[in-house]
Amino acid sequence: MSTREYVAGSVANYVDERTGAAAWMKKNLTKVFPDHWSFMLGEIALYSFVILLLSGTFLTFWFDPSQREVIYDGAYQPLAGLKMSAAYASTLNISFEVRGGLLMRQVHHWAALLFMSSMVAHLLRVFFTGAFRKPREFNWLIGVGLVTLGIVEGFLGYSLPDDLLSGTGIRIAEAIIQALPVVGSYLAFFAFGGAFPGEAFIPRIYTVHVLLLPGAFLALITVHLMLVWYQKHTQYPGPGRTEKNVVGYPLMPVYMAKAGGFFFIVYGVVAFISAVASINPIWLYGPYTPGQISAGSQPDWYMGWLDGLVRMAPPIETHAFGHTISWNILIPGLIIPGILFTGMALYPFIESWISGDKREHHLLDRPRNVPNRTALGVMSLTFILITLINGGNDIIAQQFHLTINQIMWFSRIGVLVLPPIAFVITKRICISLQRADRDLVLHGRETGRLLRMPTGEFVEVHEPISAEKAWVLTSHEQNAPLQIEEVDHRGVRRVGAIRNRLRARMSEANAQSAPKVSADDLKEIEHH
Amino acid sequence: MSKEIEAIKDPGLPAHVHRASDTNPAIAKQAERQVAILFILSAAGTVLMIGSYIFIPNDVFIFLPALGNTHAGQLFLGLGMAFSLFFLGMGAIQWAKRLMPDDEVIAYRHELRSSDEDRADFVSTIKERSGAAALGRRPLIKRTLGLALGLFSLSPLILLRDLGPLPKDQLSKTSWKAGTRLVTDPGDRPIKPEDLEVGAVAQTLPELAQGQERILSDIGKDAVLLIRLRPEEFQLDAERLSWTYDGIIAFSKICSHMGCAVALYEQQTKHLLCPCHQSTFDVTRAAKVIFGPAARPLPQLAITVDSEGYLVAQQPFNEPVGPSFWERSS
Amino acid sequence: MKRLSRYRRHRAAGPVLLLFALFSVGTTFSMASASNRESVTPLARSAAIDEGREIFLKGCSSCHGLNAQGSVVAPSLIGVGAASVDFQVGTGRMPMADMSVQASRKPPVYNAEQVAALASYVSSLAPGPAIPTDSLLNYERDGSTAAGGELFRTNCAMCHNFAGQGGALSQGKYAPTLMGVEPKHIYEAMVTGPQSMPVFSDKTITPAEKLSIIKWIKAAEAEPALGGASLGRVGPVTEGLLIWTLGLGLLIGVAVWLATKAR
Repeated sequence: MSTREYVAGSVANYVDERTGAAAWMKKNLTKVFPDHWSFMLGEIALYSFVILLLSGTFLTFWFDPSQREVIYDGAYQPLAGLKMSAAYASTLNISFEVRGGLLMRQVHHWAALLFMSSMVAHLLRVFFTGAFRKPREFNWLIGVGLVTLGIVEGFLGYSLPDDLLSGTGIRIAEAIIQALPVVGSYLAFFAFGGAFPGEAFIPRIYTVHVLLLPGAFLALITVHLMLVWYQKHTQYPGPGRTEKNVVGYPLMPVYMAKAGGFFFIVYGVVAFISAVASINPIWLYGPYTPGQISAGSQPDWYMGWLDGLVRMAPPIETHAFGHTISWNILIPGLIIPGILFTGMALYPFIESWISGDKREHHLLDRPRNVPNRTALGVMSLTFILITLINGGNDIIAQQFHLTINQIMWFSRIGVLVLPPIAFVITKRICISLQRADRDLVLHGRETGRLLRMPTGEFVEVHEPISAEKAWVLTSHEQNAPLQIEEVDHRGVRRVGAIRNRLRARMSEANAQSAPKVSADDLKEIEHH
Repeated sequence: MSKEIEAIKDPGLPAHVHRASDTNPAIAKQAERQVAILFILSAAGTVLMIGSYIFIPNDVFIFLPALGNTHAGQLFLGLGMAFSLFFLGMGAIQWAKRLMPDDEVIAYRHELRSSDEDRADFVSTIKERSGAAALGRRPLIKRTLGLALGLFSLSPLILLRDLGPLPKDQLSKTSWKAGTRLVTDPGDRPIKPEDLEVGAVAQTLPELAQGQERILSDIGKDAVLLIRLRPEEFQLDAERLSWTYDGIIAFSKICSHMGCAVALYEQQTKHLLCPCHQSTFDVTRAAKVIFGPAARPLPQLAITVDSEGYLVAQQPFNEPVGPSFWERSS
Repeated sequence: MKRLSRYRRHRAAGPVLLLFALFSVGTTFSMASASNRESVTPLARSAAIDEGREIFLKGCSSCHGLNAQGSVVAPSLIGVGAASVDFQVGTGRMPMADMSVQASRKPPVYNAEQVAALASYVSSLAPGPAIPTDSLLNYERDGSTAAGGELFRTNCAMCHNFAGQGGALSQGKYAPTLMGVEPKHIYEAMVTGPQSMPVFSDKTITPAEKLSIIKWIKAAEAEPALGGASLGRVGPVTEGLLIWTLGLGLLIGVAVWLATKAR
């Protein structure tokens, strides 16, 4: 036994005698993880979060979360001698006097944008491949919670420097709080410690931003990962891959090296973007005061869809019995987002109710094989995309020589009309792709080579596809619509006839698909 | 679920194909060198980073094609950091891809559901234990416990009460009073009507008493925009017309929608546009909303001149300024 | 051709084609939307006002009327002053190329002397704001950058954006970018209120304050890239675009490489 082995053995022995970790480690170091690029999206989000913790901690060493008024006497001359809050002045200090401070500020902000975009991309991957199905509904719920918290955390984060742009964002947030019926003005005064903007808000959201929400993130991410670990990762359909197994690489050493290496890649890419591209140049925005505003005031992208909704809202307020309800704020600012996020959170349960499928699923769906779900996803994306475009309507109008009013009307109409159209088109495309798959299995691949038959007829030579490919194209299940009898097995009429009919109708729509290749089809082909 | 016969059989996991580096020691050696080069590049990145931190002064700028004049310290510090991290990651992944075993491994899943035996045991344990506590047989304890917990859950509401004062009339009142002068923002100079040409605007605030400091919470309610038109361009009723002075009209700059500063005045169309949500107000018709999500006109401030000829408020705003709230009556 | 068709089934073919398509659509669009230049009208020189009148009758009177009294399509020029003419003609906004919602900046049609002649003709009709002299425009000496920034954010940023990059107004009108505009023209615009822009009177924003604004704009224009590429200085929209394309794009690229088996 070499010295090295002896030392390692002693350490392992010491730890195991106190924790009993050896058995657990033995089992888990050989844990299998399937390899696919789309499985890395969630990892990008996780690593961005780690980057956010590291860079955020760096920033707290110099940031002064105070709205106390100071006179600026720092290095950035165009602001010399101006009154501003200590929060803004200390952010300028980080940017211009702390070496590497601006880089870390940019790393923090770019990583925050990446955190949100990779979470959304990950969510879309999970949705379109059906990875949220039993047994992973809890993880879907945690994921929806993380996205929601991420939006709040991001908003609070870019509000901290107290610059003109972020102050405008806080002003709008205050208006939303103030618009709440009955309790609005009280909540606003409690949150801001008095009239807007006051001097209390930034110190308060600082605590929430650096302590409360990161704690919640850590807890939720831990549970999210533990569930992934315990339930084992899903995998794409393919030869040798079944609902009962998972095919991939062992944690030690391959997956450790790949995932560990990927962390550094994510950090490296964020550092690269932070080195070459400016983000949130607060010194140009100037300090916040309620009397100033900049053209093209926008939130960060993950709030952009909300801002777009608010912009396109119809101008409706109700004044009655000495009270006011601002529908123009409540509907786009709270009610529609509430419906969207609730619907998203409940989707796994809704789908399983419609299809009646209560089994575990570990093999992912190819999006085309579940036309209804895919179409629903594209429909929701279309909705969000239109609201996002409207959220940047002034910038788009300026860059492409359009008018704000045109874009606004396009969005107002489009947000109602285009999502259903997107649904129908996507569903059609999915079913066509299924037919193409079917043709591929039955008739093989087009080679592009033409043959002249003795009769003078030209035909294209088709090559049969490989057994592996054929399996990928045909291994999926096809949903049959639910048969809900009007009467139950004892001959008693079921209660909730309307609900049952609705369920049957939705189930039928959900099951619409091109038929996949069956044994009979193959037999028929052989006869030709 | 349809129970059709599967037409095509699972061909099973494809046979493992050896990589060139598995069979050819020369290629394995080459892969090893590749990984080493990546790690060396990473180390070079760190050196670049440390070097930039120490040696590049804060006032050095270099010209780059796409970026223009760029702060050298920030750029090279960032690039050094990026290279050191990126190549470290590339090295690790390349090592895993080319040299670590790439046999795909199969692990088997187990149903997550506990066995029927365990589940039955669990139910009986719960029943037995909760029976021992006998909560069901002692309703007095159950109810008083409920009372105690319920009341306690209200305590955060009590403890958070001192977060801020009650709004009282603060949302409805501004600093404007009859006779308050309008002064320029910034500059705090009083304004005479003849200071403004037709088509001119001025950003104004109420004049401060001697020694008083301007606070942001006041600006957030008091900011007013002065606009001068030709008097014949107004389409106002008699009362609103009497609130103008010689073609000069004053509006609260705080948007009636969400409180942004509405100061974007288009001189030709006489429209005010809010840059946040594009609500558009017609100045000639007392800031009537003609586009966008705002539901109310901007509050108009009645103005006149004082004995010295400076513009002053005739009276306070006759309605709350800024976004709507529950207690607002119109 | 044969080599090309081999690459057709390459796994990167789809993305590469998509990028190519996006790029070509973009360039076609930008080429198609580029505007045509006006040709220069050569004119002889004579006494300032008379010459100005000559130019006016040829180039301007069809819209502004034979006596500059205005018409349904163009405003009266009586009393707009020399500063207004110098701004509108000197920045190429007038004569207008087409009847769009707004006259845009383009290479001037008339040379400096012709502009001066036009200005003296129009100012001879009725008094109005004069062209600021070079000694008045010494913003480097008389202005303060920080004070100018504060004035800019209160009075200008709502239309021209926080960094003077311009912004959209209603119905297709826009506030133009202030980058690369001559100090004289900035000053004239503040005094005369061209097109959608309101007038900023000398009493509410003093000439010294106007110089401070100009000094701040020039400082913003000359400001080097402190944190890297400016992304147009239009706020978070371009930042969001960059993270979805370059950021997530690069990382997905690496992820694809990571998940491919080595040969």
